[in-house]
Amino acid sequence: MSLMAEPSATGRFGEFGGRFVPETLVPACQELEAAFRDAWADPGFRAELHYQLRQYAGRPSILTECSNLSRQLGIRLVLKREDLNHTGSHKINNVLGQALLAKRMGKKRLVAETGAGQHGVASATAAALLGMECKVYMGAVDVERQALNVFRMKLLGSEVEAVHSGSRTLKDAVNEAMRDWVASVETTHYCLGSVMGPHPYPWMVREFHRVVGDEAKQQCFDLFGDVPDVVVACVGGGSNAIGIFSGFVDDRSRLVGVEPAGGAAVGRGQPGVVHGMRSYLMQDEYGQVLEAESISAGLDYPGVGPEHSYLASIGRAEYPSVTDAEVIEAFQLLASAEGIIPALECAHALAWIAREAANMQGSTVLMNLSGRGDKDVAQMMDILGR
Amino acid sequence: MTGVLETALRAKRAGGRKLLVPYITGGLAGWQEAVRAVAAAGADAIEIGLPFSDPVMDGPVIQLASQMALEAGATPVSILDEARDLDVGIPLAVMTYYNTIHHAGHERFAHQLLSAGVVAALVPDLPLEESGPWCAAADAAGVETVMFAAPTAPDDRLPRIAERARGFVYSVGLLGVTGERHELASTAASLAKRLKAITDVPVLIGVGVSNAAQAREAVQVADGVVMGASVIRRLLDDGPDAAGEYIAEVRAAIDA
Repeated sequence: MSLMAEPSATGRFGEFGGRFVPETLVPACQELEAAFRDAWADPGFRAELHYQLRQYAGRPSILTECSNLSRQLGIRLVLKREDLNHTGSHKINNVLGQALLAKRMGKKRLVAETGAGQHGVASATAAALLGMECKVYMGAVDVERQALNVFRMKLLGSEVEAVHSGSRTLKDAVNEAMRDWVASVETTHYCLGSVMGPHPYPWMVREFHRVVGDEAKQQCFDLFGDVPDVVVACVGGGSNAIGIFSGFVDDRSRLVGVEPAGGAAVGRGQPGVVHGMRSYLMQDEYGQVLEAESISAGLDYPGVGPEHSYLASIGRAEYPSVTDAEVIEAFQLLASAEGIIPALECAHALAWIAREAANMQGSTVLMNLSGRGDKDVAQMMDILGR
Repeated sequence: MTGVLETALRAKRAGGRKLLVPYITGGLAGWQEAVRAVAAAGADAIEIGLPFSDPVMDGPVIQLASQMALEAGATPVSILDEARDLDVGIPLAVMTYYNTIHHAGHERFAHQLLSAGVVAALVPDLPLEESGPWCAAADAAGVETVMFAAPTAPDDRLPRIAERARGFVYSVGLLGVTGERHELASTAASLAKRLKAITDVPVLIGVGVSNAAQAREAVQVADGVVMGASVIRRLLDDGPDAAGEYIAEVRAAIDA
């Protein structure tokens, strides 16, 4: 059986996961689980999703060989180009799946949380495509640093609400989206943006992103006749990492999820319960959730998806962290060496690769380039003072 | 064995009294005075909120109170220490999100409550399916766990919730988070009615019971009410005495 099989009946991956939600939401989670199970087993639904992923999102995404960086680092580096999907990140895979599922369930409205705005933009896009109403909650700090994506969402017809509570970042946006859902559950689907939250979300979102790993595995075989030695992705909640890991978890590849130093849930956290799941969580001595601090809004999250906690606990994947300074270097490195501007989130993965390259000489390294960097250019311009 | 809270509530109900349980955020400036004031004004039990960083079932008023208490340095331990001195003569419960319990450890937390004189716990993000480990530890220690029932629950779910409930069943008044509303939602009475039909455990409506008139309306079907945001707003704006005066007003309305 695959290490990434279906979770237990209570939504557990090992001792992580579960469904820790207010009583009001339990029936909705049960209904969603049943609807997903039914849809995922229905060839008609799969065909419809496949069609939208091809003709709308632009799948399959290509694999790009980085000749210049490979020479420079002494490894063979290939990028899975999720940044080339429509809306500019891997988020569209999950969102198209959930929006089609919501429609099938008769829901007319989506709510979503967003950090960097990538999931918010993807949700707004799917809502526009499928004629649904959409409201996106975004921390006030992120509204400011990701102004371009806020405008995009509005252009796409979605309402964006700035969240002023708590740390005013991604975790507070999740709280507010959950509060909305508690009040609107009869008409609304909560389009959660990562492999986190209550069961069935971590499982369902993983399945919608499995396409990344499946494609990448075939593409690696086509390119070098083997699985890569190392597979690397950034981890906030962990959706792009789960997507690419799913293709290689049962093979020999080393799996590396890179966290920001200021939001290292696996690296510095302890098991805790928030946002519907039991997982590694940055918290104080009384269990108050700590505020993450990262240059990247998309990784500014004190928790992590429960399946990552599981993969870490059994030693199948490792979760090192990199500093903001390393990320700024890596952001510029990919731009200047390969002509590709990465999202700051993905620059975390490259920062780790650049740091560890000396210990991986001659290895094949697959990195998930999960989003493009246009949204971060203004912020980087400030940081670099140009 | 029926616990302290449930025994007290059942006895008062048997005497024809409608039950009134105000909520006070622990650690807020003046919170102990507020507990004493609402107790003196006719509360039958009191819910002490242990503030949490991410209160997903709470609306703006209780979110603000939680944040203020945390910023003032309140912790579960400091609040329980302060609760020990209250001695108000009615049962005390805590309202706490599950991570506070999970982090402390189930058995340790149950004993922390007991040694502070707290007899019950309400855990809004711990639904029936996840409640097993905590309820086992709480039962063993003699701490009563109040269970929540929501308007979205199908009929076959309510008896299982009621069976697991100790102290009372918290009948969630509406689809939404805590906070004041202009009217009592129609779901408040309909859910309380469904619960009253299947259980003898006291049924109290909470969430969205926003003033004395709404409380009076709610107790036409339910055994009592939990009042949160409307109490906290008065405490924040005008201090502990105002919270006490308000509860006296609600008491008079539900006794009338």
